Amino acid sequence: MLSIENLHASVEDGESTREILKGLDLEIWPGEVHAIMGPNGAGKSTLGHIIAGKDGYDVTEGTISFNDENLLEMAPEERAAAGIFLAFQYPVEVPGVATMTFLKAALNAQREARGEKALSTPEFMKAVKTAADKLGVKQEMLRRPINVGFSGGEKKRNEIMQMALLQPKLAVLDETDSGLDIDALRIVSEGVNSLRSPERSFLVITHYQRLLDYIVPDHVHVLAGGRIVRSGGPELAKELEERGYAEFLEAA
Amino acid sequence: MPAVQETIDRVAAIDVDKYKYGFVTDIESEKAPKGLSEEVIAFISAKKGEPEWMLAWRLEAYKRWKTMTEPEWAMVDYPPIDYDSIYYYAAPKGTSAPKSLDEVDPELLRTYEKLGIPLKEQEILAGVRKQGEPSDLDEIAGDAPYSRVAVDAVFDSVSVVTTFKDELAKAGVIFCSISEAVREHPELVQKYLGTVVPTSDNFFATLNSAVFTDGSFVYVPPGVRCPMELSTYFRINEQNTGQFERTLIIADKGAYVSYLEGCTAPQRDDNQLHAAVVELIALDDAEIKYSTVQNWYPGDAEGKGGIYNFVTKRGDCRGARSKISWTQVETGSAITWKYPSCILRGDDSRGEFYSIAISNGRQQIDSGTKMIHLGKNTSSRIISKGISAGRSSNTYRGLVRANPKAKNARNYTQCDSLLIGDKCAAITIPYVESRTGTAQFEHEATTSKISDDQLFYCRARGIGEEEAVALIVNGFVRDVIQQLPMEFAVEAQKLIGVSLEGSVG
Repeated sequence: MLSIENLHASVEDGESTREILKGLDLEIWPGEVHAIMGPNGAGKSTLGHIIAGKDGYDVTEGTISFNDENLLEMAPEERAAAGIFLAFQYPVEVPGVATMTFLKAALNAQREARGEKALSTPEFMKAVKTAADKLGVKQEMLRRPINVGFSGGEKKRNEIMQMALLQPKLAVLDETDSGLDIDALRIVSEGVNSLRSPERSFLVITHYQRLLDYIVPDHVHVLAGGRIVRSGGPELAKELEERGYAEFLEAA
Repeated sequence: MPAVQETIDRVAAIDVDKYKYGFVTDIESEKAPKGLSEEVIAFISAKKGEPEWMLAWRLEAYKRWKTMTEPEWAMVDYPPIDYDSIYYYAAPKGTSAPKSLDEVDPELLRTYEKLGIPLKEQEILAGVRKQGEPSDLDEIAGDAPYSRVAVDAVFDSVSVVTTFKDELAKAGVIFCSISEAVREHPELVQKYLGTVVPTSDNFFATLNSAVFTDGSFVYVPPGVRCPMELSTYFRINEQNTGQFERTLIIADKGAYVSYLEGCTAPQRDDNQLHAAVVELIALDDAEIKYSTVQNWYPGDAEGKGGIYNFVTKRGDCRGARSKISWTQVETGSAITWKYPSCILRGDDSRGEFYSIAISNGRQQIDSGTKMIHLGKNTSSRIISKGISAGRSSNTYRGLVRANPKAKNARNYTQCDSLLIGDKCAAITIPYVESRTGTAQFEHEATTSKISDDQLFYCRARGIGEEEAVALIVNGFVRDVIQQLPMEFAVEAQKLIGVSLEGSVG
């Protein structure tokens, strides 16, 4: 489904250029849940941003293909329509734009890009209600401008609700656990777990093992120094929790 | 939400020419000789069958105008206007006094239809969603029922038709062209004309007083709530023609009226002058809500052509507890020079100004409001949203003043500017003058840019770049859009998407 080969990416950092990803390889098959763990500054969020198509990164080498399409040549909205979803670490406020309005614009833009019929208002309302109920998102919140004045937990819940509504093929969760208390973490995780299916894959980016108690991954990778330095099963996460990232930092 | 979707559809449907009202109607017209003189003024007056006093009033204004100089203080820049090369009067032939829609030249009806203003009354009811069907527009509309709209259609210098006249007359409401009002209701016109914007007010208002051609007249009698929205649709068609609209609205004691004007013009390489004067008068406990959707031809991307929109609009809250509210959506014109203002004369009166001013390409806007607090416990509220894109310049200029007798005057002003791109300018010039110690004036101003993060967030959800800009801008102006009558809120949202087309990337 997603195939990343030898990915090198850098950012402009004032006058100089800083290489963040230095030859990253990753292969995700349909239905798999992969976790990317690693110390701060390892390039975890960069990876998520590059998959979603954020400007400001220079891919100098390597390829990313998604269902045999060259992802790097696609605009962010084309990637979204093709089934890629990024749950933001810091969801962005858009003042004055009701969450409901935003969701409908997003859903119908994707549907139209795929040559599907736009949903009518009643169909859309039903779809939103289903997604919102699952995540415990209240109707009142759907009427508020998106992310404006939302608490940290509300923002993250809203991200997962959007995922439930948009039904992506590959969801990248960028530190979705950060800033969540234990109850919110459980709700969000249940939301994610209910969306697991043989066709849908997840890339869970996290600093802490805690999230992986709830969303149990098939594969765990350690990202350090811009590369995947070790891969394993769920037990690797536990090992990291006990021993920390120090040895990987040295290895990188 | 459908509005946002329609914005996108509409943006998508545009190819080369983004201004869709740029067509010219091929219709024979009758014009006054070019240039301005006492003879031309007499010609206009005679064409309209005006009484003697009206001509005298015009000539008096003309005499004064000749002694005045064009103002230069606004943040706008344009080559000198040759007032002798303008036609001051142009009228489609054979439309001098149509009694009903059936008598109107079908070519004119087709023009208004093309502009989205079907004058056939029943058609105005069309396109309304089924009852009970939910819509995100409910957010904007609240519980307001869909209302019918009476239209006065002004083509170049004359009003071609006014709809729903009979039904309005039953309620005692007079809604007709100003020319007709001068003939049919001289006592009202003489009593109120020029009492808010005197003939000596300013260069353009004085010019207008001398040569005004048509516009609307509204009188709502005491205690009457006007049963429908009133609107005037202004269209400039002829080349080298100035449009000198004059509108006078009077809400007598305890009356209420909501009025909307819309404007378009063909795409031409020359600049054309629109110098209007609008006067509103609200007596005790009366309320006037005046909305404008201004979409005159803005000129091309290089700044060639377009309308000079030099307009004087002022409302007089003459009576106690009266209220005047201006809402404007300004997207067109090469240059806009316009300050819809309120004189808060009556005690406990209230003035409001809600504005969305969008400039793109080479457009120049210098617009804002004046709130003059004269009476006790008067209050005013100003919400201005300026959006600059392209190489345009967008100035908010405002004055809030409390005179010594204006005890407990209150004002709240909020000016927000949004910049799209880095070649445009937003300027905010608020003047505040308080001559009483009891006034409470608050002012807030922000300037922001559409952030890359906001754009990326929208795009990562599948929303294309242009649509994302339209969505973000519609969010930015939401407070003001909510002030517009329902039908026009939808129109305004679409217009915002269209006028910002090509502003990113």
